[in-house]
Amino acid sequence: MRHLESRQALQDEDAVLFRPILRTGGQFYLVAAGLLAVALWGFYAFSQQLRYGLGVTGLNRPVYWGFYITNFVFFIGISHAGTLISAILRLCRAEWRRPITRMAETITVLVLFFGLGSIIMDLGRPDRALFVIPFLQYGRVQSPLVWDVMSISMYLTASTIYLYMPLIPDIALLRDRVTGWRRGFYRALSLGWTGSPRQHRHLEIAIAIMAVLVIPIAVSVHTVVSWVFAMTIQPMWHSTIFGPYFVAGAIFSGIAALIITMALIRKVYHLEDYLKPLHFNYLGILLLVMTMLWFYFTFAEYITTYYGSAPDEMAVFWEKLTGRYATFFWAMVLFDFVIPFTILAYNRTRRTISGTVVASLSVVIGMWLERFTIVVPTLVNPRLPWSRGVYFPTWVEISVTVGAFATFTLLYMLFTKFFPIVSIWEVREGRERGLREVEERIREYLPGPARPEKARVSPEPPLVR
Amino acid sequence: MAEAKGTPRWGMAIDLDRCTGCQACVVACKQENNVPFSSPEEAAYGREMAWIRVMAITEGEYPKVKTRYLPMLCQQCDNPPSVKVCPTGATYKNPEGIVGQIYPRCIGCRYCANACPYQVKDFNWYNWSGFRWPQEMRQSLNPDVSLRPRGVIEKCTFCHHRLQKARDQAAIEGRKVKSEGEYVPACVQSCPAQAMFFGDLNDPETTIAKLARSSRAFKMLDELGTEPKVIYLKEGEWSATPRE
Repeated sequence: MRHLESRQALQDEDAVLFRPILRTGGQFYLVAAGLLAVALWGFYAFSQQLRYGLGVTGLNRPVYWGFYITNFVFFIGISHAGTLISAILRLCRAEWRRPITRMAETITVLVLFFGLGSIIMDLGRPDRALFVIPFLQYGRVQSPLVWDVMSISMYLTASTIYLYMPLIPDIALLRDRVTGWRRGFYRALSLGWTGSPRQHRHLEIAIAIMAVLVIPIAVSVHTVVSWVFAMTIQPMWHSTIFGPYFVAGAIFSGIAALIITMALIRKVYHLEDYLKPLHFNYLGILLLVMTMLWFYFTFAEYITTYYGSAPDEMAVFWEKLTGRYATFFWAMVLFDFVIPFTILAYNRTRRTISGTVVASLSVVIGMWLERFTIVVPTLVNPRLPWSRGVYFPTWVEISVTVGAFATFTLLYMLFTKFFPIVSIWEVREGRERGLREVEERIREYLPGPARPEKARVSPEPPLVR
Repeated sequence: MAEAKGTPRWGMAIDLDRCTGCQACVVACKQENNVPFSSPEEAAYGREMAWIRVMAITEGEYPKVKTRYLPMLCQQCDNPPSVKVCPTGATYKNPEGIVGQIYPRCIGCRYCANACPYQVKDFNWYNWSGFRWPQEMRQSLNPDVSLRPRGVIEKCTFCHHRLQKARDQAAIEGRKVKSEGEYVPACVQSCPAQAMFFGDLNDPETTIAKLARSSRAFKMLDELGTEPKVIYLKEGEWSATPRE
């Protein structure tokens, strides 16, 4: 009887969360077709590169790295949106996390493929990419590039598991709502989830373990990405601050990407009731903190270079501040600090969704520029005075980059058509248990006995299936 | 010259006071090692390849200007930054100190090229081993050196194939390779000004070991601790990085 009741309640409550999966409108196909066209253009450009080699790019001696490595660092940075933020919020028991964790985790898993893909696209011999596997192939564990391979593949595995586990109860919900081939699909993926208290307990323990595990992995990922540069002796790459600087930048761009995604999903799927201005405001505060942290790191990095004033470092330094890359550098400062800081520092602008979205768009552009101004100006100014470089990307690199963004958006859209983009069971858990828990937690903070009514706390009622 | 005693440590000395900038070493190297040609457009794009290049350095201020030439090749570091970062071990240092490149193992990530402070690693942007090699030049390909496929890094190996030949000859005669004179890279052999010297740095009796101890000797970017085995000789101070 109770079972039927809960089933009935579920039909009305949160119906809007099921709608994208159960119904697909013409607009979706239109947008998807447009993105697919752009993605195919990117694939065509890449096929030209496969056929004719890296000669079709704008890379040269001494600028051996350009757009692809910039994209690699950028995409890996965006990946910190998800798993890291979601894990930290989960561990802090921030109740407002519930509607946004899934969106964040999905960004991570999908964007990591583009990070890895960017490295493979940058290889002169992509067919030999697997040579880097240590122990089985020729991989040397002493090489920072192999640290990347190990760390990123570990991150991809962990964040896929971390995305999948909280999906299981939602997949079970879908299994009971659809018919035909999709029922079989969801049944297989739901791993026999019945929603029993025992299953719930196990799931929660598993999620908690993964949340703890994922944080050090995420930090290691962007640290070793920065170490690809920092472990060389090239001017303005060889910097001890690069590890934390890159991790901070990654979380910074990750939060921005998350805010943009949330705003789009809210608009398209009419989730105004789930993603409220306060969610944007809270993430906006986090973004504000990261803006200031970014500025602090950047300032520390450049001022130490300036006071050290080693001639080789200064050549790169002035190239960035006043030379050929000054446009990129000052645009980066504008987009990464001036614009977001101005918007986010004022309550009036931060508390609006459009305010945080504009700040986030600015940050995403700015962080791409930051990666670019780290990779290229060092390479065009080698230590020895000859072979000064020039770098202009060709249509191939631009098309592949645009294609990667389009493919990512397309995959994300497809994901929302197969899985609920808001974690339904966690939102319900918030209603059923979170409210009570928060009240109890606050009571613990206050003077007096911590648990006046023990009976009300346990036993746990079984949650929704 | 006597046979090498222990493991040799091959090194080169280049006397900048003798170098005329004639480019004979560049041509000899290209011929010896089948280094690809490039069109003027590709060269303008920064895609030309050479294992040794003659760099012009202008010293002094107008009107007292002097141009000096400096042959730049792989410095064969004892502590090579490129070897440290290679993800597959394609760039490696052999027991005799020569930094080599295993072409079939190179994935073309160009990390070594970016890590090398001397900019002496070349990337194969185009497919040279096939049809692009000019027909009339195919007769002059050196059969001792393999052509590199597109997408891998290549570099100066101190004409390693010549060392292998010398080793074979020495083995037939039941001795070791002589520490000087027997094994000489193509650039050194071709230098008309006799500005280049080659031999075993571990044998104190060789010309190169003596030159290495000279007060005129200096190493390029010595302050980075890469410990090059290419030694330059020049009268007076070396202004390390004159900037335009």
